[in-house]
Amino acid sequence: MACVLLVSVHMGSPAAAIARETSLADSRFTLSETCPASFVPNESGGCDLRNRYRKYRSLRDAGVGGLKTGLPPLREGFSPQQIDLGRYLFFDPMLSRDSSVSCASCHDPAQGFSDGQARAVGIDGQILPRSAPSLWNVGFLSTLLWDGSKTSLEEQMQGPLYSPMEMDNTPARLLSTLNSNATYSALFEQAFGAPDITLEQVYTAITAFESSLISLNSRYDLYAHGFHSALSTEEIAGLNVFRSFVARCAECHTPPLFTNQQLAVIGVADAPDQLIDVGAEAVTGDISQRGAFRVPSLRNVARTAPYMHRGQKATLEDAARFYTGGRGHEVTEDESLMIHWHIWEPRLSDTEIDLLTHFLGALTDEAFMPEIPKAVPSGLPVSRAGSGQQAITATLMHNADAATTTHNNLALTDSPLRGSTP
Amino acid sequence: MITSTAKATAGLRALTGALLASLGASAAHAAIIEVREGERIQEAVNVAAPGDEILVYPGLYSETVYVDKDDITLRGVVEGDNWPHLDGKKQLNDAILYSGNGFSVEWFKITHYKGNAIMGQAGNNFSIRNNWVIDSGVYGIFPEFGENGLIENNILSGIEDAAIYVGMSDYIDVRNNQVFDNVAGIEIENSRHVLVEGNLAKNNTGGILVFITPGLPIKSSYDAIIRRNFVLDNNTPNFGIPGSLVSQIPAGSGIIVMSGDDVIIEDNVITGNHNAGIIITSQDFVTEIASDTGSDPNPDRVQIRDNVMFDNGASPEGEMKLLMLTKFTTTGPDILAYQGAADAERGSCISRRGAYRTHGVGDWADCDSPTIRANDAIAGREPGDSTRAVATKMLPEPADPRVITADASGAELVYQGICAGCHAYNVRLIGPPTLAIQAQYGEDATSIAAYIAAPERKRPDFPTMPPQDHLSAPMRELVAEYMLSLRN
Repeated sequence: MACVLLVSVHMGSPAAAIARETSLADSRFTLSETCPASFVPNESGGCDLRNRYRKYRSLRDAGVGGLKTGLPPLREGFSPQQIDLGRYLFFDPMLSRDSSVSCASCHDPAQGFSDGQARAVGIDGQILPRSAPSLWNVGFLSTLLWDGSKTSLEEQMQGPLYSPMEMDNTPARLLSTLNSNATYSALFEQAFGAPDITLEQVYTAITAFESSLISLNSRYDLYAHGFHSALSTEEIAGLNVFRSFVARCAECHTPPLFTNQQLAVIGVADAPDQLIDVGAEAVTGDISQRGAFRVPSLRNVARTAPYMHRGQKATLEDAARFYTGGRGHEVTEDESLMIHWHIWEPRLSDTEIDLLTHFLGALTDEAFMPEIPKAVPSGLPVSRAGSGQQAITATLMHNADAATTTHNNLALTDSPLRGSTP
Repeated sequence: MITSTAKATAGLRALTGALLASLGASAAHAAIIEVREGERIQEAVNVAAPGDEILVYPGLYSETVYVDKDDITLRGVVEGDNWPHLDGKKQLNDAILYSGNGFSVEWFKITHYKGNAIMGQAGNNFSIRNNWVIDSGVYGIFPEFGENGLIENNILSGIEDAAIYVGMSDYIDVRNNQVFDNVAGIEIENSRHVLVEGNLAKNNTGGILVFITPGLPIKSSYDAIIRRNFVLDNNTPNFGIPGSLVSQIPAGSGIIVMSGDDVIIEDNVITGNHNAGIIITSQDFVTEIASDTGSDPNPDRVQIRDNVMFDNGASPEGEMKLLMLTKFTTTGPDILAYQGAADAERGSCISRRGAYRTHGVGDWADCDSPTIRANDAIAGREPGDSTRAVATKMLPEPADPRVITADASGAELVYQGICAGCHAYNVRLIGPPTLAIQAQYGEDATSIAAYIAAPERKRPDFPTMPPQDHLSAPMRELVAEYMLSLRN
């Protein structure tokens, strides 16, 4: 179906110019009719996750515990078309004010859906106050953003979409841009069954895509399900340091998602001897939450350096070493932070730090990497994500050596990963 | 054939285990694995199968034992004064970590670990009995995220935080333990359906605590019975770790309920606690902790029934001292309801209030307090409104097993959770399309099952498939059948 639209063009807007050029729906773009990998259709055609963790309960259904513990609820049940439409939107710079920035600019699949930067870079090269969090397993989270101020992806994404520092769009401009693009009109109709695009549909589609980013099949997971030779001796020793009550990592980075989704004041300085970012206090006004940040998941953490809310720690080793530096050792004397009780002086040895980083490496799994579109409906270049597919390091196997030799640099050049893509 | 009384060395157990597995035998044929001084307990755990018992003979063992399997029993063999002794030498982190269901540990002496003596993470149906823990780190016994467990007849001293710490757990009995010279004797935190009965909590900083700690992912604490305990002379100066919640507990505190709901305190003997016998308080009791809007700060529906209280409050500490001065006394109370806990709307009650020196319970209701007659006590009959008929808070049936069943539904989970990363129905991913595999194998699931256990490179334009030997043979067969049955 080709939708022909006569659009009123806002001169000088590249997005509008693009829209004008593509006033005929581009027939190369159709939406997948099958659920993404590891999802199967339910009775109403929505996609539901199939995963072994779902055979386990968790205490009070909180989705925190130990090895065989159930997951928190997932945002799921979206149709294959909605998920696939979200994928195009996610990679399309047309969503930003001047068509320069897409979601993937900061959440690059090739970099663990983060960006490799200490602090994220927004529109016009503006440096944001905080780092871009990974999106793996984000559909399980009900505490979002570093300050924990959002509870749903729909709510959260309106921050970056409309922030003058990030994508700097406006709701009206976003809608008008999308409605001016005949391809998007056609795709939204495929996904939502109505010709007029609404903001809610945009939020739903991007939420649907983001919630399909599942990483639950690392070598750690094989161990958790009972295949103990999946981890090396060093990695098991690292797991035991991780969950010990000396290091106490698992108390907040609690399996199976390796986050308990709580706010915690750990007292990492923003810069030497400086607290710039007061964290949750800025949202709640509660002085006891000064410097409180959401506990991030450690899934795929080896792929998302640097670490902490402003990327203060360059490596996993640096990040781990912070926790053995003593309570408040980076906090200046004029601050009195309510440092979390689990921050203490575990006096971890260099060997233990090393074991911890070994273990964290066993949390890597990007086997369900989505296909990165080679083109998006705006016709704009797919930003900063071109190298992603080649960078996949699949970790399906328990044998790390075999994984390196067989699953790296996969030849996927002309093989659509999920459904039909141009 | 291994019988339930057979002895097997670790190596032999591994061999016979493999044999049994190949015969499709079940865990019903539990083995006993013996460990003697000079051997490692962990090696026995590594070869143990669900249902097995590991017998540890007297001697010194210095290791961290972790149990990530179901239904393993670690049983110490005590011979006179000689115990199997786990010693962390102030170098090792934890003595015993478990995550499996149905874990039992008993008859061990545990000393000088830096973290915990016995720590569970999401292990259900556990039993921790008859252990002797001395000066061993932060917590002595700490089940976390556990359901349905028994902590009984353990003796713990010299712990820097709680000797027995039930954290974020449900359906737990803590019975007949002796805890002394710790910062906290027994702490029930963010847990539900707990019976704390018949324990001796003596010479700790605080004897028995029921807390809701803010900032934890499971935020409630309710339905606890604190019954028939001896809570004596808990006046040890606080030596808690700086920053820990219990480091803020005033010495001389017998029982503290902070924010916990539906707590019944009944038939305890509470004497000689110099700060106060029982403190019921909101979260205002502690400072130095970030607040949590998801955490209800006030204790609701606390019932203080008959308890024998004597000689409490001889020298109240800090804020308690100031509070009592407002009542023109330098003596602390038997019972204090503090801050929000004092409000009538909390729905708390107290029996026989005239028998105690109290502060803050003026607005509380009266509880019924039945007179117990000898025959009632002996027969365990329920005399009126008492908790005596409640013998346990544990579950009548064990918590659910956590197994991926070797059936079609399990196969779907495995296929979708693992195989689907490389095989889509009709498009090429990392591996060949499912359609192509179906064309090659037809209905021959057995050949696929054999292949995926130890794959070799078959197609020059595809990478070698990683082995799926982490799946059992029956599961490999079922997954292969599932793959061949897919139609889209």
